[in-house]
Amino acid sequence: MTRIAALVLLSHWRRQPVQLVTLILGLALATGLWSAVQAINGQARASYAEAAEQLGTRELATLVSTTGTIPLDRYVRLRRAGWQVSPVLEGRTKLGGRWVTVMGVDVLSHPTMTWLRPETANVTPDAILTPPGRLFAHPATIAELGTVPSEVPIVQAPNVPAGIVMTDIGTAERILQRKNQISRLIILKSQPRDLPALSDVVPDLTRISPRPQDAIARLTDSFHLNLTAFGLLAFAVGLFIVHGTIGLAFQQRRPMFRSLRALGVPLALLSRLLLAELLGLALIAGSVGLVLGYLVAAALLPDVSATLRGLYGAPVSGGLALRPVWFVSGLGMALFGALVAGAQGLRNLFHLPLLVAPGQQDWLGMTLLRMPWMAAGGVMMICAGGLGSWMIGGLLGGFVLLAGLMTGAALLLPPTLTVLLAWAARLGKGAISQWFWADLRSQLPGLSLAFMALLLALSTNIGVGTMVSSFRLTFVGWLDQRLAAELYVTARTDRQGRAVEEWLAAHSQAVLPIRYAEGSVLGQPTRIYGVVDHSTYREFWPLIHATPDVWQRLADGTGALINEQLARRAELWPGDRIELTPELTTDVVGVYSDYGNPRGQVMIGLPTLLSNFDGVAHRQFGVRVPDQQADALADRLRQQFDLPASAVRNQAAIKAGSLAVFEKTFVVTAALNVLTLGVASFAILTSLLTLWTLRLPQVAPIWALGLTRRRLLWLEVLRSTALAAMTVLLAIPLGLLLAWILLAVINVEAFGWRIPLHVFPLEWLKLGALTVLAAVVAAIIPARRLLAAPPSELLKVFTNEN
Amino acid sequence: MMTDEIGAENPLLRVENVSKTYGSPGENRPVLDGVSLDLRLGETLALTGESGSGKSTLLHLVGALDDFDAGEIRLGATNLSGLTDRDRAALRRTQVAMVFQQFNLIASLTVAENLRVHARLAGREDQSWLIRLTERLGLTDLLARYPEHLSGGQQQRVAIGRALAMRPRLLLADEPTGNLDEHSSAKVMDLMLELVRDAGSALFLVTHSNAIADQLDRRLHLRNGHVA
Ligand SMILES: Nc1ncnc2c1ncn2[C@@H]1O[C@H](COP(=O)(O)OP(=O)(O)O)[C@@H](O)[C@H]1O
Ligand SMILES: [Mg+2]
Repeated sequence: MTRIAALVLLSHWRRQPVQLVTLILGLALATGLWSAVQAINGQARASYAEAAEQLGTRELATLVSTTGTIPLDRYVRLRRAGWQVSPVLEGRTKLGGRWVTVMGVDVLSHPTMTWLRPETANVTPDAILTPPGRLFAHPATIAELGTVPSEVPIVQAPNVPAGIVMTDIGTAERILQRKNQISRLIILKSQPRDLPALSDVVPDLTRISPRPQDAIARLTDSFHLNLTAFGLLAFAVGLFIVHGTIGLAFQQRRPMFRSLRALGVPLALLSRLLLAELLGLALIAGSVGLVLGYLVAAALLPDVSATLRGLYGAPVSGGLALRPVWFVSGLGMALFGALVAGAQGLRNLFHLPLLVAPGQQDWLGMTLLRMPWMAAGGVMMICAGGLGSWMIGGLLGGFVLLAGLMTGAALLLPPTLTVLLAWAARLGKGAISQWFWADLRSQLPGLSLAFMALLLALSTNIGVGTMVSSFRLTFVGWLDQRLAAELYVTARTDRQGRAVEEWLAAHSQAVLPIRYAEGSVLGQPTRIYGVVDHSTYREFWPLIHATPDVWQRLADGTGALINEQLARRAELWPGDRIELTPELTTDVVGVYSDYGNPRGQVMIGLPTLLSNFDGVAHRQFGVRVPDQQADALADRLRQQFDLPASAVRNQAAIKAGSLAVFEKTFVVTAALNVLTLGVASFAILTSLLTLWTLRLPQVAPIWALGLTRRRLLWLEVLRSTALAAMTVLLAIPLGLLLAWILLAVINVEAFGWRIPLHVFPLEWLKLGALTVLAAVVAAIIPARRLLAAPPSELLKVFTNEN
Repeated sequence: MMTDEIGAENPLLRVENVSKTYGSPGENRPVLDGVSLDLRLGETLALTGESGSGKSTLLHLVGALDDFDAGEIRLGATNLSGLTDRDRAALRRTQVAMVFQQFNLIASLTVAENLRVHARLAGREDQSWLIRLTERLGLTDLLARYPEHLSGGQQQRVAIGRALAMRPRLLLADEPTGNLDEHSSAKVMDLMLELVRDAGSALFLVTHSNAIADQLDRRLHLRNGHVA
């Protein structure tokens, strides 16, 4: 019995292949978009970790010497004391006429040897350890060096950061001619217990804590948060489609369910079979979706990894690795989506009367009678979102607000359209025009879900687009202000710092020391900068709020500037007072924007900093120099003080690196936007296609009344276009609201800064045109049959008994 | 599960004092108000009555499709009151078959599949009987078609074939020819009576046609909730 009943249920799909394809494709696309975003996110995160690991230092503390190099005997002393440390010798040397940084590590003890992987498998440890040894470099670096007449063979290693040559420490000693010297010691993770204190063993060495995530990493976090929000929205769009098609499939099979029950299939078995069918379809669709997601991610990932490469100077793999979590989350979303979409149908099954009461008629999906309920539900969802976000607060609250708003708005769409159409019908004069609007209104229930999906897709499109564009615009402006100096220099030691400052004073327009102490404001770790009084700050510093005499107050030592994150978190604004140390409490005289920084920050005059904090490092400087001289000066600095390339950074390079994130965010969101819109258009097409069988009996009487078929075709196109246009108009305010929530609520909660909203009406125009075009195509495809159908098919409508 | 003895003294179907009201009792007039009747194995019974008199309602009760308020209905040894959905389903699957006015074929199954579906659900497929039914009902050339491509008379013949293919002990038919023109109505009715006798089933037929009712073994009339 079970098998037969199952076969009967499945026979539906044999007769409705379009519906089956819609269902699977809808769910597959939803899963695909979701898992593409997940794959990109996952891959990017793994890549950061890998990039950080390659340098081997980000996660681990290191020991350095104030003199610049550590004598070998310190290393020996540490090892004897039981400390697990790994030496690194770093220096610059000329290879083939180009300067490169050589990083020599102890191949046996270095924590991460990722650069020594597959490509280099044919190099034996012996070859690396015994002269002449081997150099490992990224192919790009090797290409730059050209053919090197080096006595040490160079091996291609795509995992080595660009511009760096990795090798065994022994080889490095020879190349750099720095026998028995160590630049730093990496303190390994696993250490024996009860070790003597470092300060006793090597009092002259300084321990440097692992570097906290830097600003750019935080920015990429915001990129991923946006992508995740996007993935969820895209999934919601897909869910609407699936909900529509599954609802339709249940609705259309109601007579079949009745027949089966009349033929003696128990309700329990029927519902179990339908559940199994649903899960089976979800598994198929989910698998297709995973493949789709993989393809989309693989297509977009090269862009993303190019970005990361630019950011870290570290090549990260552009290939996509499949993680089990990703499979599970993709399939899980597909199953979850199918269950959510099918829950209503299954529930209805239990309320489905075995007998059709006289006068009771099945109608597709919702009826116009349900519109007030939908409107009420929509308002309730929005209120619940607002209330929830107010009560929960924080980032989660922001997402609750987002979810409430989007579902509420989707629910409100059909009632709103109903009202608009009733209004249009009243304006219509001719009989045909009145029929057109009234007919459109009566068609709304069947088309609702598709247009709800379209609304979500469009407003997501507008919202995310607006957010990213606003972000970029603001960020570019801010970078210009914030990175006002042309060069940024980091010396190895304070002593070198003083020398660098002296040297620069003679070779540049101005040297702006970047000096700070780690303090604490309101119990939060806060970095406190001391700045000199210089016109650069007055001209460029990105102030959001300030008292008129802000820079004078800073110079006088009677005021402090704080960053936006601190201001928002602590509710401190100009006029408030802030305690920096028990002895130092000062006025807040201004707030500046500080994107990409998770922590609070304070700026005071340099003399005030120095008189209140001890041991303020003196190693970093901003250098003002005419633009065209910047590169040359940077090179001279590196030579003069034997600084690694990364110690002297050109402002333009930093800017380019930061901007690259947003450019790629742009590319990726644009691609996902187009896909989402495509999915929504597809939903319209399929709902028009499935509704077409029901549509024919409705247009046939109009045809019989003397309208030509061509005219009917145009009316069909007009119908779909009118609905699409109205949806576009409603999507614009919704999209802006979405952008506002993302920028002013979610971003503030997640990162502590708020981005002003910029609007891009031209983009809306493009989007609207694209949508209407899609609607026209979606209407023409099924309605073409009207032209092709023989009159007998139209006549059948009148001759059929039932 | 039904090891009952049915004979002259044990009827196949016994309806005793059955009452049924739609909606809340008291608010609506009862549709059936103390109906009693018997039906023996192999017997054919016609139920006539005006439109709205409750004929379909009674048939649905007998087919375990709906609940009643008072009285007792026995099918063989099975008492229909207080059955679970599973038991009712088993009863419909293996004992009773139904032919309705609206043809109730499964739209996504071909004629051949529709003919077979009830018998297969009952686990009682009899190939030679099926072939005979198909031939007698004149459906041999239509086996590959879907219901939507059949005329009303053809659809109803498929419905009859589907019901009889499982050789039910009781066939319930609710104005099976009500939607057909006079000519095909007579043809379908003749076929049905003939095949019911071949199958050895009992027939409980609702009709408003006296001519049809006269062809059956017995006839009852339903009026004001009572049978006469
Ligand atoms: N599901 C139902 N809900 C409410 N009233 C019903 C239902 N089915 C039938 N009725 C009412 O019960 C009465 C008998 O209906 P029915 O048994 O279909 O009559 P008949 O088949 O003799 O024409 C009618 O008044 C009808 O309106
Ligand atoms: Mg009736």
